[in-house]
Amino acid sequence: MLLSVEDLRVSYGGIKALHGIGFRVDEGEIVCIIGANGAGKSTTLRAVSRLVPAEPGSKLTYRGKDLLKYPPDRVVAELGITHVPEGRRLFDNLTVMENLRLACFARRNGPEIQRDLDRVFSIFPRLRERIHQKAGTLSGGEQQMLAIGRAFMSGRQVMLLDEPSMGLAPLLMMDVFKALGEINREGTTILLVEQNARLALRFARRGYVLENGNLVLEGSSEELLNNPDVKKAYLGG
Amino acid sequence: MTFFLQQVVNALQWGSFYALIALGYSMVYSVLMLFNFAHGDIFMVGAYMGFFVATGLVTLGAAGVLALPSWLILALTILMAMFLTSLVGMLVERVGYRPLRGAPRASAALTGLMIGIILQTGNLALLGARRQTFPGLIDVTSYKVAGVIVSNKALIIITLSILLTLALHQFVRRTKWGMAMRAMAYDFAVVPLMGVSINTIALLTFGLGSALAAVAGIFFGMAYPVLEPYMGLLVGWKAFVAAILGGRGSVLGAGLAGFLLGFIEIFVAAVFPSTLRDVIAYSIILVILTFRPYGFFGEPYSAQLRL
Ligand SMILES: Nc1ncnc2c1ncn2[C@@H]1O[C@H](COP(=O)(O)OP(=O)(O)O)[C@@H](O)[C@H]1O
Ligand SMILES: [Mg+2]
Repeated sequence: MLLSVEDLRVSYGGIKALHGIGFRVDEGEIVCIIGANGAGKSTTLRAVSRLVPAEPGSKLTYRGKDLLKYPPDRVVAELGITHVPEGRRLFDNLTVMENLRLACFARRNGPEIQRDLDRVFSIFPRLRERIHQKAGTLSGGEQQMLAIGRAFMSGRQVMLLDEPSMGLAPLLMMDVFKALGEINREGTTILLVEQNARLALRFARRGYVLENGNLVLEGSSEELLNNPDVKKAYLGG
Repeated sequence: MTFFLQQVVNALQWGSFYALIALGYSMVYSVLMLFNFAHGDIFMVGAYMGFFVATGLVTLGAAGVLALPSWLILALTILMAMFLTSLVGMLVERVGYRPLRGAPRASAALTGLMIGIILQTGNLALLGARRQTFPGLIDVTSYKVAGVIVSNKALIIITLSILLTLALHQFVRRTKWGMAMRAMAYDFAVVPLMGVSINTIALLTFGLGSALAAVAGIFFGMAYPVLEPYMGLLVGWKAFVAAILGGRGSVLGAGLAGFLLGFIEIFVAAVFPSTLRDVIAYSIILVILTFRPYGFFGEPYSAQLRL
């Protein structure tokens, strides 16, 4: 087991967002968490990347290590868990290249960095054409590619993806997910949270359903796609 | 014409202090969204650090223990004061600001004011109310070019201030540390996700700014050799004005605005009675700010402050 979460509780100033959820992710897997807006999907990812504090009693373990002992920058730099946030959150004032370079801030091995950079550009050739362009001038699809590229550069043992499909035209969305599949086949474990349940369940092998801060269902993607409750609530009947 | 050029030289020297202090103000404001109101007092600390190092080295020389050429004493004074003052600046960040990182902005602004008071009165308590005289580090020679008098001291101050401004600009543009600072200026919350420690960048920002304030302090001591604990107050406020006028996120903007302040003050003083200098100068700047509320070169930044 790569990542295990037990009894995870998070609140924002007294308002509970997660009521003690548990899930696990194995090495090399693609796992998704689906849920409506406000269910707590983003909060779950933020807790794993340590951007929000988990309440006492929560247990987060990564490769046997206690995640709660790591500050967010070391979760990335030392454990290789990277988080592609909702809305991409690129540094619009930096160029494409600078965004990618910044993601390697803590890395020392020059040749390895160069190799990864080449790989990012072979997965997303459109980024190579735009390396000197400010990230803020990219199209939505290119921005998502850069956000994923940045995660690829910063660690990529595990990628936490927060609604990568958001705001993308269907065709671009397919491109992005194809690239993610490729990255996964090369060894990166993926934990994906999505409102677009159909897309997420087609892409992932297993999934969890999050409702109002509680995990209410889990199963293989096939099981969930055929579950009448899931169908009704998340797949449009 | 000669009169005009003479004022230009004076303005450049006067603006150098503002520019060097404004750089640190601007960096902290841009990178950490903080008004570090203690920064003027860091300038004062820098002047005293320079005073101690310089006096020490001069005394050693006079005692025949370690006779160094004056240019080397000046260089060592600048470097050691930069180092020591940056330690003080980083301490201010670590003790004063880091514990309040999630706190409301007003609390952090208060911190700056309180640390400023602590630095002023701490100095008073340690050294007493006696004013200190900054040692004359170099033999002053004046050159007369086309009727304009320029001293070697003024040349050193002006040249080094411009060079340091350009060097900081390059640092922020070209190095990965500078890149991290620019990223923080844009979207603070996402920076840790790049594997970058916010605390490290905060320390770097405070350290760099304080080191530059120390250079300003030494230059000020060379030009006006009387040091006292409150010397950073008014100069600090004015440098803060320059930092805002330069625009958030712009090193060159802060530097240029610092020099602009020097020009406005010197030229106003050349025409009007000196008692009216700041009244008129800062009325002008108020008008400028009304027309350019984001300063000269302000960069945009993300409206989202959280992830
Ligand atoms: N920064 C925040 N401050 C306060 N409440 C928040 C914050 N972020 C999220 N919440 C609340 O926590 C709950 C879960 O939000 P979130 O994790 O963003 O859900 P999702 O990503 O599934 O849409 C919601 O009720 C939301 O209003
Ligand atoms: Mg969300």
